[in-house]
Amino acid sequence: MSEPAINLEEFKMFAPPAELRRAPVVEGNQGLSWLTDKLSAFAEGRTPIWWWAFFLPAAFAATVIFPVCLFYQVFTGVGVWGNNHPVMWGLDIVNFIWWVGVAHAGTLISALLFLTRQHWRTTIGRMAEAMTVFSVAMAGLYPAIHVGRAWFDWFMFPVPNSNGLWPQFRSPLMWDVFAVNTYLVVSSLFWFMGMIPDFAVFRDRSKTRIRKLIFSFLAMGWTGSARQWHHYEKAYVVLCGLCTLLVFTVSSIVGLDFCTAQIAGWHATIFPLYFVIGAVFCGFGMMLVLLVPLRKLCGLENVITKSHVDKVAKLTLVSGLMIAYIYLMEFFIAWYSGDPYERWVFGHRLFGHTYMVMGWILIVVNVGVTQLLWFKKIRSNLFALFVIGLLINIGMWSERFVIVVGSLYQDFLPANWGKYMPTIWDIGLYVGTLGAFFMLYLLFIKFLPMIAISEVKGVMPQADPHHPLGGAQKEAGHE
Amino acid sequence: MSDKIYGIMAEFNSPGEVLRAAQKVRDVGYRRWDVFTPFPIHGLDKVMGLQNSLVGWVSLFMGAGAFASVVGLIWYSNAFDYPLIVGGKPMFSVPMTFVPAYIMLIMGAAIGALMGMLGLNQLPRLHHPLLDKSRFAGASNDKFILVIGAMDKKFCASETRRLLQELGGTHIEIVEDKD
Repeated sequence: MSEPAINLEEFKMFAPPAELRRAPVVEGNQGLSWLTDKLSAFAEGRTPIWWWAFFLPAAFAATVIFPVCLFYQVFTGVGVWGNNHPVMWGLDIVNFIWWVGVAHAGTLISALLFLTRQHWRTTIGRMAEAMTVFSVAMAGLYPAIHVGRAWFDWFMFPVPNSNGLWPQFRSPLMWDVFAVNTYLVVSSLFWFMGMIPDFAVFRDRSKTRIRKLIFSFLAMGWTGSARQWHHYEKAYVVLCGLCTLLVFTVSSIVGLDFCTAQIAGWHATIFPLYFVIGAVFCGFGMMLVLLVPLRKLCGLENVITKSHVDKVAKLTLVSGLMIAYIYLMEFFIAWYSGDPYERWVFGHRLFGHTYMVMGWILIVVNVGVTQLLWFKKIRSNLFALFVIGLLINIGMWSERFVIVVGSLYQDFLPANWGKYMPTIWDIGLYVGTLGAFFMLYLLFIKFLPMIAISEVKGVMPQADPHHPLGGAQKEAGHE
Repeated sequence: MSDKIYGIMAEFNSPGEVLRAAQKVRDVGYRRWDVFTPFPIHGLDKVMGLQNSLVGWVSLFMGAGAFASVVGLIWYSNAFDYPLIVGGKPMFSVPMTFVPAYIMLIMGAAIGALMGMLGLNQLPRLHHPLLDKSRFAGASNDKFILVIGAMDKKFCASETRRLLQELGGTHIEIVEDKD
């Protein structure tokens, strides 16, 4: 009945040659206890100066700039923004799509790569999920205040009321309400459930009473019994499957908001796919921006190895190539359709005098700069990756600007044309959401388990009962 | 110290050891035992004879319920309670319900998965007898702890302790049940 056991020599004999072997998930692996110490060190140690240096400006943006811009807009009206006829969707919608996009790569990394059994995802999955949760929260805010009278937001929910009002379920804008709220709830649940075993780790390691109380409460009495893990793993797989569906659903619905409209430049069947790919691409850019500095600052170079960053860069390249193909198709179809309005809009994206800069940023960054990731030298240069990540975020932000504003400002009737310039309140609100995002993220890495401790342990050789390091032994026959 | 005993715990140092010990404990005929580990050990569920987890069914049930409720809600609100013609379309048709119902299916199924996991694991719970033991903290670090419960018919404080010793368990302790 005993499992086939192997000893170290046999294991080496059957292992593939060195050049075909996979890079170990964790470098300098010194056992499970070392890993627990290493992964909880940042949350348990003294708060470093750099943390405060990032936290204070972010907190200022989140707690001063953000509420001021928010309240001024809500009390005064949407008119404080630059939105006006014919550009009724301005920076608020651009930022909404941008934030939803940032969220998507997080879910893709944590859910889809789990389903495809990519072990390296365990080290960055939690950080990716946190990115998702916080950016969806930022995204959800924009449509809620863009409606103008935010106190009527509850009209969007199917609540029985004395006005006899029901939502109009045929509109993709209505579907957005469901999609974004579901995304926020499901990604938070997924994030929280993943942290339960790690809360138990923090509980068992806590030195102070208050820490013990907080983490005991959060761990909810988790003991890590085989029965608990059995249900937990099933729930985890189910949630991963559901989150993967959301990656493809939420941005598709945002894309439908556009392609059901008649506006030239929006009315294209490729939009749902376009938005999904764009979202994932943008999110990978953000992931690079977060991973590269944090692995160094938090002393996690052995855990989030260069090979993991390299893989994120490769995924960025793949999604970048897809987005390049979609740009090509968009321009081709605009020309091939023979529709003069489509041709006009797409021509003006690159050669119109008003917003051509945005159009060229889109092409140069998203199509051009991304190609640098073909080179191994670039992919192993962390500084270059950080800069490319930042550029991709800017490039994808311009893409959304080009789609939203670039299609609206010159529609079918020249008498109806106009221009759009964001006001200081538009920009202030964006700065505020950026601040809130980074403030939440910094609080997360300081107080919560930023790396999935139990998951990383689970993919170590020490965790495999059939590996010599996991306690496998050659048994003398059957007893 | 109370007289009630929850069980006997023994510590092992690697997943391989605890897996072999678990096989022996099962072969000897114990039924009320469990293994506490810092991460799921594959193969252990088979040794323990755990059936496919019901979490998937809870999730499916909640998801299907959410889907059906949203279809019902859309019919009730747009076709029955306040019929309103939008774009000359029928008051109720299946395609229009799909997207919101599908989205809420995901929401329902996700909540079902989490609730199912917590419910089947009897969480959240305020206390567990094992959490009193200082050595038990190792189960979230690098130790693998096998506990044989006092509820087991074969349980005998001295015999069970001897078995765990034979299997190579260290730090064998009696766990009291103070509730």
